[in-house]
Amino acid sequence: MNNEHAEVMEMHMPTEKIVGQTDLYSIKSSTVRTPDAMPRPIRVKAREVNVFYGSKQALFDVSIDVPERAVTAFIGPSGCGKSTFLRCFNRMNDTIEGSKVTGRIELDGADIYDGSIDVVELRARIGMVFQKPNPFPKSIYENVAYGPRIHGLASAKGDLDRIVETSLQKAGLWNEVKDRLHEPGTGLSGGQQQRLCIARAIAVSPEVILMDEPCSALDPIATAKVEELIDELRENYTIVIVTHSMQQAARVSQRTAMFHLGYLVEEGPTDKMFTNPEEKRTQDYITGRFG
Amino acid sequence: MAEILSQTQTASDAPGDTLKTIRSGLTRRHARERRFRAYGIAAICAALGAVLILFSMILAKGIPAFTQASLTLDVFFDPAVIEVDPRPEPQPGQSPADYQKARLDWERQVTLVNWNRILEAAIRQAAPDMEVDTRQALSIVETSERFVLRDRFVENPALLGQTVKVDLLASANVDNWLKGNIDRSLPDSQQQLSAPARALADRLLENGTIRFAFATQIFTNVDSRSAPASAGLAGAFMGSLYMMLVVIVLAVPLGVGSAVYLEEFAPKNRFTDLIEVNINNLAAVPSIVFGLLGAAVFINYFRLPLSAPLVGGLVLTLMTLPTIIIATRSALRAVPPSLRQAALGLGASRMQTVFHHVLPVTYPGILTATIIGVAQALGETAPLLLIGMNAFVAAVPATPLDQSTALPVQIYLWQGNENRNFFEARTSAAIIVLLGLMITLNALAIYLRTRLERRT
Repeated sequence: MNNEHAEVMEMHMPTEKIVGQTDLYSIKSSTVRTPDAMPRPIRVKAREVNVFYGSKQALFDVSIDVPERAVTAFIGPSGCGKSTFLRCFNRMNDTIEGSKVTGRIELDGADIYDGSIDVVELRARIGMVFQKPNPFPKSIYENVAYGPRIHGLASAKGDLDRIVETSLQKAGLWNEVKDRLHEPGTGLSGGQQQRLCIARAIAVSPEVILMDEPCSALDPIATAKVEELIDELRENYTIVIVTHSMQQAARVSQRTAMFHLGYLVEEGPTDKMFTNPEEKRTQDYITGRFG
Repeated sequence: MAEILSQTQTASDAPGDTLKTIRSGLTRRHARERRFRAYGIAAICAALGAVLILFSMILAKGIPAFTQASLTLDVFFDPAVIEVDPRPEPQPGQSPADYQKARLDWERQVTLVNWNRILEAAIRQAAPDMEVDTRQALSIVETSERFVLRDRFVENPALLGQTVKVDLLASANVDNWLKGNIDRSLPDSQQQLSAPARALADRLLENGTIRFAFATQIFTNVDSRSAPASAGLAGAFMGSLYMMLVVIVLAVPLGVGSAVYLEEFAPKNRFTDLIEVNINNLAAVPSIVFGLLGAAVFINYFRLPLSAPLVGGLVLTLMTLPTIIIATRSALRAVPPSLRQAALGLGASRMQTVFHHVLPVTYPGILTATIIGVAQALGETAPLLLIGMNAFVAAVPATPLDQSTALPVQIYLWQGNENRNFFEARTSAAIIVLLGLMITLNALAIYLRTRLERRT
C-alpha cells in the first residue's frame, strides 16, 4: 500500500495526461518533446518479413525501418501481428514450437536470422520488456544483476553494484528500492515490477529495447510513470513499443506503424499518423471505429 | 446462455415471473449441493475409518511385541564345566597370524563348552523347588542365549568361578505363554511348552526373574529361525537403507535429468511423443515384471550377486524413474512461461534459463516427487522376491553387494513363519517400524517443501 502511495506522491504530471481520452491530439502535442524534425539513422531494418505459426501465416510481407534513439510504436487491434513482429526482432519467436520467419531483419546492416548470428548475443543487444511484469523470484538486486552477470559485464562486485544502481536510477526506481535491494522483486507493486523489468533490460546495455504492451497490466498512475520513463530512455536507446492504446502511442512515440490482420497498413511520423493518416483503416482505428 | 435468458423472458410476461421461476428452482439446487457435500463427507469418513481400523489393528497387535519376556539370572561360570585353557595373549615375537590362530583355537574350545549346563543350573537356582528336567528347564531360555554367555566369557575370561547377573531372553514359547498369546486352557498335546515348563515360567514371572523388558533386539538383531525371540530387523533395515541409497543416487539424477531434457530441450515430434507414452506406460507396469527384468538383466546377464541390495536398488530405480520423471515434468510444465521468456529475453542461454530460473522454482515439486518415489520403492516387495531378497539372511549386510533382505520382505517372511502366535506380533511390529520410516520420510518431505517454498 505504501508503495502505491509513494508512486502517487512522486508523480508530478497532470492526471489528464493519462485519463484524458477525449482531446487526444492536444495531449500528444504537449508530451512529445522533440518532434522528429530531422531524419535519424536507421537502426533496425525489416524487409518482407513473413511469420508462420505452423501452417497459419501471422504476418505478411512487412517492411519497416526503425530509427535510432526514437520510440517507434506498433499499433493495431488484437491479433493483428504487432507482437509477433516485435518478437521477430530478438528472435523470441524461435522459442515457439512450429514458428517460421522468412524475409530479412537487419540490425546495423547484419541479418539477425543469418546462421552466423548468436541468439544469446543478439538478445544481449536487443533487450525486451514483456506485457506482464515478470521479475525473477529473486531479490531486486539479483534481478538487475543477473543479465550483467551471465554476460560477464562486471568483473568485480563493485562494478556490479554500480551497474545495478545506475540501471535502477535510469528506470526511476532507485529511490523507491535502494533500502530494500535484497528483498524479493516479486514483492513490489505492479508498476514498480515493470520498471524493475526495464532496469533489468537496461542493465545489459542493449542498443534496442523492445516493449510488448508494457503498460497493459498496469493502472493509469503506474502507466504514466512507465511512459515518462520511456520518454527519458529514448535519449539513449532505440525503443520499439507495441501498444493497443492509441493514446499511449501518441504520447510516447515519434513514429507509428499501424497493423491490421497481419499486414502493415501504414507507417510514418506519429504526428502525421494521428492527424492526417493516408489509409482509411488507420483513420477508422484511431478514431475508434473498430479495434 | 443468452438464448436461454431470452427464452425465459419471452415465456414469462412480467419480470416478477422470472424471479418466481428462479426461486422455485432454488430449493432443488441447494438440496443438490447439500447432497453432494454429504457424499463427500461420507467418502472421507469411510476412508478415515478404514485407515483408523488398519492402524489400530496394527498397533494393537504390534505394540506388545516391543516388550518381551526376559530373564535376569545369577549365572555361575562353573570351572567344573568350563574347562578351557587360559585365553592366549599376544607373545613377544609372535606373528599376528599366529596369534590370531591361537585365539581362534581357544574360542573354538570355549564354544564347545556345554553352556546349556551352566544355563540349566542358573534356571534351577532361580526356582529351586520346581521339578523340571533338563529339556524343560532349557525351554525357558531362548536357544541363542547360551552364546550370550559364551561371548561374555570370551570378552572377560576372569569371570571363571564367579557368579554374575546376566540378562537373557526368554524363549518365544515362554513369551507366548506369559502374554496369553496361546490359549492356557488347551490340553498338553496342543501346548508349545510342557506342563512343568509352563509352571516354571509362571513361577519365574512371579518371583521377578522374568520381566517384560523393551525388546531392543528388534532393532539390533538380525533375523533368526532357531531362536525366534531374538529375531530382529537390523539386517532388513540395512538392506532397505542400501537400496534407498542406490535409488536416490541413481533415480533422482537420471529422472530429473530426463525430465528436464524432455520438457525443456527435446524437440516435440513423434519420437518424443512415443517416449512420453512409454514413460507413462512404464509407470503402470506391475512391479513384479520389474523383478523379472532385474533377475534376467542384472543377475543372469551382468552376473551381479543374488539377494544383493545393489540389485534390489537397481530394480527399484527402474520402478521409481517413471514416477520421478512424470512428476518433475509436470512441475516444470507448471512454471509460468513468462519466467523462461524473462531469462531468454535477457540473453540467457537455454541451459542458463533452466538451471538458474526454472529448476529452482520446481525444487519443491521435484523433492516431493522424489520422496514419494523413494517411499514407494521402500515399501515394494514383489520385485525383490524375484531377485532372491526373500532368502533367509542372518547377517547385517556390510556393503550393498552382500546378501540381505529388506523391511517389506522381512514382513512377508515373518508373516509366513510357522511360529504363528509369536510372529504375528513380530510382523505387526515390523509393519510399525516400516510405517514409522515412511511417515518420517513424508514428514521430511513436507518440512523441506514448506522451507523451500518459503525461500522462493
